Amino acid sequence: MSTTDVVVIDYGVGNLLSVRRVLEHYGANVILTGDASEIIAGRRVVLPGVGAFPTAMQVLNEMQLPPVIREVAARGTPLLGICLGMQLLLDESEEFGTTIGLGLIPGKVRAIPGIASDGQSLKVPHIGWNGLHPAEHADWSNSLLSDIRPGEAVYFVHSFMAQPNAEHRVSDCMYGGHKVSAVVAKDNVIGCQFHPEKSGDVGLRIIKRFLKL
Amino acid sequence: MRNLRLIARLDIKGPNLIKGVHLEGLRVIGSPAEHALRYYQQGADELIYMDCVASLYGRNHLANIVSAATEDIFIPMTVGGGIRSVDDAAQILRAGADKVAINTAAVADPDLITRIARRFGSQCMVLSVEAKQIGDEQWEAYTDNGRERSGIDVIDWVRRGVELGAGEILLTSVDREGTRRGFDCALVKAVTDAVSVPAIASGGMGKPEDLLSVVNEGKADAVAMADILHYKRATIDEIRSVARSAGFGVREFHRKIV
Repeated sequence: MSTTDVVVIDYGVGNLLSVRRVLEHYGANVILTGDASEIIAGRRVVLPGVGAFPTAMQVLNEMQLPPVIREVAARGTPLLGICLGMQLLLDESEEFGTTIGLGLIPGKVRAIPGIASDGQSLKVPHIGWNGLHPAEHADWSNSLLSDIRPGEAVYFVHSFMAQPNAEHRVSDCMYGGHKVSAVVAKDNVIGCQFHPEKSGDVGLRIIKRFLKL
Repeated sequence: MRNLRLIARLDIKGPNLIKGVHLEGLRVIGSPAEHALRYYQQGADELIYMDCVASLYGRNHLANIVSAATEDIFIPMTVGGGIRSVDDAAQILRAGADKVAINTAAVADPDLITRIARRFGSQCMVLSVEAKQIGDEQWEAYTDNGRERSGIDVIDWVRRGVELGAGEILLTSVDREGTRRGFDCALVKAVTDAVSVPAIASGGMGKPEDLLSVVNEGKADAVAMADILHYKRATIDEIRSVARSAGFGVREFHRKIV
């Protein structure tokens, strides 16, 4: 396998074509697969996802993929969760009751409050472009965001938000006065709440950086 | 608060980008691919592709257009026109769409909204509403690209659509569409007052300043633009400057020097 091989985990949800295309834009060899051995052999692995947390976990469980993804993480393979794929990395989500996640990054997934910090009503889902800011005490220089200037905007679309432990927060965006986790990381396991594959030039730089990890 | 989204809308017939007035009298503008790429490079926040023919034949064209666009355009794409089932939605999402916009099939079978939202998430399910004014502060939802009456009140319909699972409203004023007379701000306001999901105002943008009232008074979360861009009466850069001068949050965008 060449050094740019990327496995995108295909478990039947989301717009995988766009993820594939953005990786191929930088010459990566991309495989879309749900096969355990191919996933484990990946030089880099992407966990995409849109839709509801319980549905996604149910499908992953039916395909017996959670232990496979944990194995990828344990091997030190760069693993990038996108949008719902990021939320799945955490311990649990409260979307439609409590559902256990992959448990690779400590923390929970909660609903975005429907009320802004100033008491006004807040639209959920959070849809649109929003600026990335360093999380408290976070250092970007060695992260997925090393080529991104604080404030540069990326595309979000989500109703739930990850709340990892502080040490795993890399970047937040502000929505209705709330700090919403935008990038989380624990060693080789990284999550983006936004869609880098849909975030124009800023997203392209993030993907380029991922391909160098 | 959140940024105003500036969306380029591409109405498609067969392989062509087209434009009409009141969704009728369609004229061929040119290649969807060339226009879409130009709007992406100008910093459009999203693209909307709307198939005006809505036949199976047309939809295959649309899937090809969208799929080709994902090779060099890296922003969200909403695709509508002729989507009548969960399988239709799955097919267009596989072709590279991020969201589906549904009007006619949702009016005929409102439960389709729920089925699509359950399968792909509400964020994926855009309720497309074609509204015609029928009285003071009263609008009727039309189907089949503004041709058929439904007898349904727009405000009742968007409330119901959101309850059923729609995550966003694409609100097209048939009265203003293609006329360059500005948005129907009262319509947009009535809808944004009624529902809590984001609303995209579409139809009537004749000059960049038209977005001021639809955002200030109408509380639109996004504006869809077609005529003004296709006929090169303004670029997205210029429109963004107007929005920024008015104090609206817009995406920070720097045109790449090629």
